[in-house]
Amino acid sequence: MHAETTATDRKAAALAAFKDLDRDPGVAKPDPILVVDGVVRRFGGLTAVDVDHVEVQRGSITALIGPNGAGKTTFFNQLTGFDTADAGQWTFNGRNMHGVPPHKVARAGMVRTFQLTKALSKLTVIENMRLGAQAQKGESFWRALVPGFWRDQEAEITERAEELLVRFKLDKKRDDFAGSLSGGQRKLLEMARALMVQPELVMLDEPMAGVNPALTQSLLGHVKDLREQGMTVLFVEHDMDMVRDISDWVIVMAQGAVISEGPPDTIMSDPRVIDAYLGAHHDAPLSESELEKQLHEAEAALEEEIVEETQK
Amino acid sequence: MNGVKIVVTTESGQPVAEVTSNAQGTWQVPVEKPGKYKVTLDANTLPQNVAVRGGNNVRTPTVYDGNMSTVLFALQAKGAPGQPAEEEAGQSSFWTQAAQLAFEGLNLGLIIALAALGLSLIYGTTGLTNFAHGELVTLGAILAYAFNAGVGLHLIPAAVIAVILAGGFGYAQDRFFWGQLRKRGTGIIAMMIVSIGVALFLRYLFLIIFGGQTEVYTQYTGQAGIQVGPITAAPKNFVAMAIELLVLVVVSLALLRTRTGKAARAVADNPALAASSGINVDRVIRIIWTMGGAIAALAGIMLGLSQSLKFNMGQDILLLIFAGVTLGGLGTAWGALVGSLIVGLFIQLSTLWVPPELKSVGALAVLIIVLLFRPQGILGRRERIG
Amino acid sequence: MDWNTIISTTVKAAIGVETVLYALAAIGLNVHFGYTGLLNFGQAAFMAVAGYGLAVTVTVLGLPFWAGIVVGLLAAALLALLLGIPTLRLRADYLAIVTIAAAEIIRLIFRSVAFKDVFGGSDGRRGFSDGFYALNPFPAGEYGFGWFTFNHRLLWVLLVGWVLVGLSCLLVYMLMKSPWGRVLKAIREDEDAVRSLGKNVFSYKMQSLVLGGVIGSLGGFVYGLAFASVQPDIFGTETTFFAYTILILGGAARVFGPVVGSMIFWVLLVLVYGVLSGAVEAGYITFMTSTQVGQFRFLLVGLGLILLVVFRPQGIFGDKREIAIDAR
Ligand SMILES: Nc1ncnc2c1ncn2[C@@H]1O[C@H](COP(=O)(O)OP(=O)(O)O)[C@@H](O)[C@H]1O
Ligand SMILES: [Mg+2]
Repeated sequence: MHAETTATDRKAAALAAFKDLDRDPGVAKPDPILVVDGVVRRFGGLTAVDVDHVEVQRGSITALIGPNGAGKTTFFNQLTGFDTADAGQWTFNGRNMHGVPPHKVARAGMVRTFQLTKALSKLTVIENMRLGAQAQKGESFWRALVPGFWRDQEAEITERAEELLVRFKLDKKRDDFAGSLSGGQRKLLEMARALMVQPELVMLDEPMAGVNPALTQSLLGHVKDLREQGMTVLFVEHDMDMVRDISDWVIVMAQGAVISEGPPDTIMSDPRVIDAYLGAHHDAPLSESELEKQLHEAEAALEEEIVEETQK
Repeated sequence: MNGVKIVVTTESGQPVAEVTSNAQGTWQVPVEKPGKYKVTLDANTLPQNVAVRGGNNVRTPTVYDGNMSTVLFALQAKGAPGQPAEEEAGQSSFWTQAAQLAFEGLNLGLIIALAALGLSLIYGTTGLTNFAHGELVTLGAILAYAFNAGVGLHLIPAAVIAVILAGGFGYAQDRFFWGQLRKRGTGIIAMMIVSIGVALFLRYLFLIIFGGQTEVYTQYTGQAGIQVGPITAAPKNFVAMAIELLVLVVVSLALLRTRTGKAARAVADNPALAASSGINVDRVIRIIWTMGGAIAALAGIMLGLSQSLKFNMGQDILLLIFAGVTLGGLGTAWGALVGSLIVGLFIQLSTLWVPPELKSVGALAVLIIVLLFRPQGILGRRERIG
Repeated sequence: MDWNTIISTTVKAAIGVETVLYALAAIGLNVHFGYTGLLNFGQAAFMAVAGYGLAVTVTVLGLPFWAGIVVGLLAAALLALLLGIPTLRLRADYLAIVTIAAAEIIRLIFRSVAFKDVFGGSDGRRGFSDGFYALNPFPAGEYGFGWFTFNHRLLWVLLVGWVLVGLSCLLVYMLMKSPWGRVLKAIREDEDAVRSLGKNVFSYKMQSLVLGGVIGSLGGFVYGLAFASVQPDIFGTETTFFAYTILILGGAARVFGPVVGSMIFWVLLVLVYGVLSGAVEAGYITFMTSTQVGQFRFLLVGLGLILLVVFRPQGIFGDKREIAIDAR
């Protein structure tokens, strides 16, 4: 009973924090864990990310949505140090994170998953999990040679990993190679592995993509669970039903910029958001004529390149 | 240094051979047995204004079984050091030398570019880093030699036949080998290692059939140099460069203008997108392999023409091809051209300061340094994450 | 045909000097490629700097044998650092090209006339192994039984060589079942995933490069001591490629893979040579000379490498699910 009370408390607290907020992009939150300012990333002529200001509320589940190519993954890459931003500052727990390499970002408590799952196929499920634990004595070269140094810690880590596997219903797969899991199970494993890091902020890039519907409910449950355990979640998702179901707050990106923020039940009625989604036909499957058009565009781009090259 | 007399004797002084150096200043003496030999450079046959550095014109190399032993004579301008009065003359000779080396570097760069273009396009379209590309170069040179010295054809028709056959070999390699591996879904690293196997296989096949010796074509070998501005070179070199340039321009235009060429670049750019937009990716790859084999063979023939032929000549130039391709950025056709020219020029010009035997060292070192600052190569693009 | 000689040389090849030195080179490569996924195509350079480090220290500087070994090991570790800094952030294929280029640079410098006073040009260096043979506990004579008879010098080299192989295998075994080895294997699978879990991937790759390079460098020592000389062209790219063939033959990412691979490789090579050249001498084969038979073996190596990677990438004894090589 007690657990349930805290659960509702957490959700209520998160919702309360967002209650009187504006819908403007970059609106200030009462207790932000992540504060981003002026992050820009360009690829050649294309500005993939240009976020003026955005904050993520501690202890909440925040969804980051936007049409395909809006720059969500690229934005994640900047924040977690996997790619270097052309400009901008961001702080995590008040600590400046620009230029911090990815492994230090993770150690600081900000852990991400990937849109294309990165299960380590030729390691077993349990080894995948153990890898996530931090400050392992046996991961230093010299101490690795003396099992006595790390055996106890390894046992503790294994215990924690097994608990998580049970929670994620992967305990039966404990000793299977991760490569033999289904797509959905890999997503679960990747999320469980990220939790082994014991992060404060979990950043999930499309955690539900390609997961079969039977598993999505359990995945959703796990995401909600993260908040109940005191973590902050920032996740990218396309499916609005899911976003409505689990998120406390929604940030909308389009063409690299944050165009709107708001609570999940009303965000889709924001005209800016409707424009962004209707304006972007990328999401819909391509029709015959659109394919035709893309081909022409590609040809034109090639021609342009040629002109450039001959001028050189 | 052309026309310098070299006398080779055994250690005990038995005469073995007497040769004269060719336009590149190189010479070769086949010897019967392994052992120590004495090599003497006849200082009287050197041009008026040069001398052997240190005055030592005798070398005693040891020749091992089946190996080649290199004997080098470092030459220097006579009386240059320590004579301020001759400063002016030294300056102008530096620039003549630089011009001469730039010319030779361009020649080498064009040859590298021919081979690099195919390697780069194959990489771009299939992801294969082909360590057996050097053997395509050797194949061209050896096939041309077979029709030239073996069958007795003039070098020009022999070269044409060789290029056509090598193109056919490129086609067959893709049709019956690499294409099949792709269909099986072989990973790119596995394919890279397979290409090493192919390289070893072909190299030793050439060694068994062709032998370990060095050969030259029956035409155009002992050409006297002609003087054009500050540059002295055999006429064949001018013609070779013209042909190389012509082929490169034609291939480039084909890539730019023809349907297949555009398709090839589209496939190199993004195979999945190209396939979904109706391009027959397999056909394009096969054409690239055919063309890549043909122009690599041409590179081999030109290399054999300006230097000499050996079963492992392709292996020796492979790293320079890689250097050119990597400098430009793997997978980009223009990068390969630019990178190769830079490598060729750099190699030859660096001999102004470093001993010629170490000239490749400079080029390879530059390759490493460039990658340090621009991991994607000069014209390449970065990969995506996530 | 002299079957007795053919069989005895073949049997001896199973534990011979080449087997030992290629096993060491391949164990090093196993750490690089098999476990970490680093495509090091310059393993020959690690052997070269060790062999030359020993040779130059003893012959040119006149220092004792042990100092030469220390210099050789330091040279290998230093080479790993120098190679690693620019290359470990690169894609796998660039890494391959850069390491092969670096190995060529080193070989060209060792064989150059400009540095002949130090490295001895294309003839290399000799006369540095006395300190090693002075430590030989076996008095002069022949040892062994049946086909396995060796003189005291060879016996000493082989003993030390196999002890080194054994210790290297033990080291690899201990490391690869530790959390440290787990990080390496994870890097082989996907280094971005490992980064996202808070591991300093660059540092681990560097440690792997140094470890594998140092183990490979032991092969360079064994060569130099067994043949009492080093020549630059011994350490060409083909040496590295043979080591790869051996690694894949025995099974990458398996502790004993390189050792088993090296034994099979050299036994086959010696056997094929013995049988074919015997057949040539006896007049059974007329279309090849005995020199060509020697070359034909290496053609078979190429063919073998192709067939292995295509049909049995996990090696002769490997488990298909664990193959390291299929990883992209
Ligand atoms: N490495 C890259 N090089 C060039 N363009 C890129 C790269 N990564 C992403 N982009 C471009 O940046 C834009 C944003 O991409 P992405 O962040 O993946 O979008 P999302 O995750 O929102 O679907 C797209 O137009 C994409 O093509
Ligand atoms: Mg995305």
